[in-house]
Amino acid sequence: MNQNIINNQKTILSVKHLYKSFGENQVLKDINLELNESENMVVLGKSGSGKSVLIKCIIGLLQADSGAIELFGKTTTQLNSMELDLVRSKIGFLFQSNALYDSMTVRENLEFPLRRHWIHLKQEEIDKKVQQALNDVGLANTIDMMPIELSGGMRKRIALARTLILQPEIILYDEPTTGLDPVTAREIIKLMIEIKTKYKTASIIISHDINCVKLASDRIAIIIEGRCYTIGKYEELKNSSDKNIKQFFE
Amino acid sequence: MRNKIVVKTFLAEVGETSRFIFKFLSRWFIPPYELKELIRQCYIIGYKSLPLVGLTGFIMGLVLTMQLRPFMIDYGVESNLPTIVGIAIIREIGPVITALIFAGKIGSSIGAELGSMKVTEQIDAMEVSGTNPFKYLVVSRVIATTIMLPILVICSDAISLYGSYLGVNIKGNTNFSFFWTQIFDTLEFRDIIPAYIKTYFFGFAVGIIGCYKGYNSSKGTEGVGISANASVVISSVLIFIIDLLSVQITEVLGFN
Repeated sequence: MNQNIINNQKTILSVKHLYKSFGENQVLKDINLELNESENMVVLGKSGSGKSVLIKCIIGLLQADSGAIELFGKTTTQLNSMELDLVRSKIGFLFQSNALYDSMTVRENLEFPLRRHWIHLKQEEIDKKVQQALNDVGLANTIDMMPIELSGGMRKRIALARTLILQPEIILYDEPTTGLDPVTAREIIKLMIEIKTKYKTASIIISHDINCVKLASDRIAIIIEGRCYTIGKYEELKNSSDKNIKQFFE
Repeated sequence: MRNKIVVKTFLAEVGETSRFIFKFLSRWFIPPYELKELIRQCYIIGYKSLPLVGLTGFIMGLVLTMQLRPFMIDYGVESNLPTIVGIAIIREIGPVITALIFAGKIGSSIGAELGSMKVTEQIDAMEVSGTNPFKYLVVSRVIATTIMLPILVICSDAISLYGSYLGVNIKGNTNFSFFWTQIFDTLEFRDIIPAYIKTYFFGFAVGIIGCYKGYNSSKGTEGVGISANASVVISSVLIFIIDLLSVQITEVLGFN
């Protein structure tokens, strides 16, 4: 019997035998992993090992060459674009570059996904949700500012608020602390943990930051040369004698 | 060997551009319609370009008249100056110069805007937000340029002719209504219609090239500059090619 069912945890994302290449460069080679409800999984790997490609395949920004991705029990490759949009509305994606829309204010950035997914929402409800998301990240006073007026850490928080606004069940974080100073990075990690506790979201976190790995992970997947080398808990992997694993924790 | 690579790259680029145009043509009429974004783009692309287009049109009409005047006097046909200038502006100079100014202003801004959105993952973010970025960004901009350029050309032609009227009166004394009557008495539909129709193609070329270059931008911030520059250069060349083809077509159809 499936170990997760025994532990009363439902698998909401499973990646099976995923392959992806760019020209002759085989980036992902037979990736298999599962994400359970309310679980934070950190994906560790060297630069160019295919971590970002993996989460972009999960959200459908990149098409895998072969293999299957099951989200909430549905295989994404078998869905049409409308069904895929519906599944995507349950997934948040925090981009490494934040990807805030430069030409829009913070309010408009947050309203954008709401207006696209929940078209029948009234303005009052939209305002309420925007305010709630900004309160969650502690930046309610920036509502009418432009992204260019914000610091790197604030932009990251606003991007997180935009990710949260659709109340996703899974959040994919692409290197959330890269480029931030240690104090701001810690604040972002704290925020990620608070979000998980408050909204019971599951997450896949791509990170090199060992603090992030230690504080935010329930399980860690290590990708080496496009293959999922091992999956385990922080303490298990930290104490491993395998030099391929050890190098990430030194 | 080097020439072979250049030809291969050129053909690949032509193929990719054709595929992009085909994608636009096969999708622009399919819902959902991004009407709000289209109206916003029409405002930015059309209304906000009006001062520049108007100013260049005015100077063009004025200068053309002042340059032609001495020769018209030499040949003893000074009285035909409004007619000559009117036909030149409406048939050729107005549409082409306005389209080139438009390519410089709008083509580069579309290329740079979409290019920077591409390299900062904003286009990906849009897709993740449940929005079709091709429809939201490309279709709305291409339709806006196709609709707005002909309107700008009409405005530019009118301002240009007014500039010409002032040019005529710098060293002469021509009545306002006489000036306009002289122009419109000689103009025929075959002068106006082909010149007007080709501006739709100019607008489409500026929009589609700007969007193609921006949407397929790469190489980070350097790529944004390359996209903006290529948008202007390619759409300007296309404007001349379309102009050349339109002259040939109107010739064949007997409009000349």
